[in-house]
Amino acid sequence: MNNLFTIFIVTAIVNNIVLSKFLGLCPFFGVSKKLSNAVSMGMAVTLVMFISSIATSVIYNYLLVPFNVEFMQIVLYILVIASLVQIVELIIKRTNIALYNSLGIFLPLITTNCAVLGITLINSAEGYTLLESIVSALGGGIGFTLVLIIMSGIREKLDLAQTPVSMKGLPIAFITAALLALAFMGFNGMM
Amino acid sequence: MEEKENKKEYDNKQSAGSVFWKEFIKGLVISNPVFILTLGLCPVLAVTNSIDNALGMGAGVIFVLLCSNILISAIRRTIPALIRIPVFIVIIATFVTILSLVFEAYIPPLHESLGIYLSLIVVNCIILGRAEVFASKNSVLFSIADALGIGFGFTIALIIISFLREVLGTGRLAVFGLNLFSIPVLSEHPMTFFISPPGAFLIIGLLMALFKWIGVIKGE
Repeated sequence: MNNLFTIFIVTAIVNNIVLSKFLGLCPFFGVSKKLSNAVSMGMAVTLVMFISSIATSVIYNYLLVPFNVEFMQIVLYILVIASLVQIVELIIKRTNIALYNSLGIFLPLITTNCAVLGITLINSAEGYTLLESIVSALGGGIGFTLVLIIMSGIREKLDLAQTPVSMKGLPIAFITAALLALAFMGFNGMM
Repeated sequence: MEEKENKKEYDNKQSAGSVFWKEFIKGLVISNPVFILTLGLCPVLAVTNSIDNALGMGAGVIFVLLCSNILISAIRRTIPALIRIPVFIVIIATFVTILSLVFEAYIPPLHESLGIYLSLIVVNCIILGRAEVFASKNSVLFSIADALGIGFGFTIALIIISFLREVLGTGRLAVFGLNLFSIPVLSEHPMTFFISPPGAFLIIGLLMALFKWIGVIKGE
């Protein structure tokens, strides 16, 4: 239990997938302009990470390792994640149209989101069991959502501030992210 | 008559050559994937902590981009339009697997330091983007030019960023174990901030601002 808690805190905060692993930067800068979008995107990523980490962990532990074909993991994982995203999108569309309207446009983008593939590859590389993989995926997703919400809050304020012309847009967003990452580095002392 | 036809063919060849160069230069400067299009940012931040990693990553991206562009443009007429994206992804994933195995076999230290970012080339938007936008619509020759231009543009951006980070962060520059130079005071008291994650964000933010500033000055 203690071990699971450690994994959760490490993936969510200490080794935050955005600020220290640099995964999922495209949505981090692309969707962090408005708070409401950031929440939807964070939820969509967490959901997909959760489902795909279960699938890939089962595939890795019970298919790839016994047959000694770990090198197939890249091809298999990307196919599994892409088809899972499609299925999730279909299910949400059929069952909950309100949720679909808020998550819908973000779901296809997640297929080529390196955060999802990244967390599944990290799980396999660390040799996590099924339960540990799920906890690590939840930690990753929640860490992603947390940082996305903080960033969108800052950027909403930043829009009102006067920034130099050449700093407007992405450059100032990167420098904001640098300061955020610096703050998150402080958590290194926790472990 | 024959001579005329020959001349025409020659003209075509020359224009093909000039188009080749145009595509190459386009990727290198005008649509530089990192600074102008801001694509494929994850590896740009993650592997630029040393110039060795940047060179390894650049070589990997060039290899995968070149192979996938060649293969996709060669079979572009046989891929059904409806399932083209999954086909592209499988092709790219195959070449990434090959690359990963080659790195693991011949340069294990680099394979270890690049870690999961080597496998993550598969979701690099640059490669899928070029397959969709360029290779699936153009001939093999132009696709090679496009792949080389974009690939080298990406590598040059990686080299610039990793140069700044390594020199500021360690005070010296070493390429594959060969010490090129070291700055007297800085190497004794290096600013390790720059090789840590926040330094990556800061350097790229400042470089982007610089490129934008040059653009603003040129515009006026």
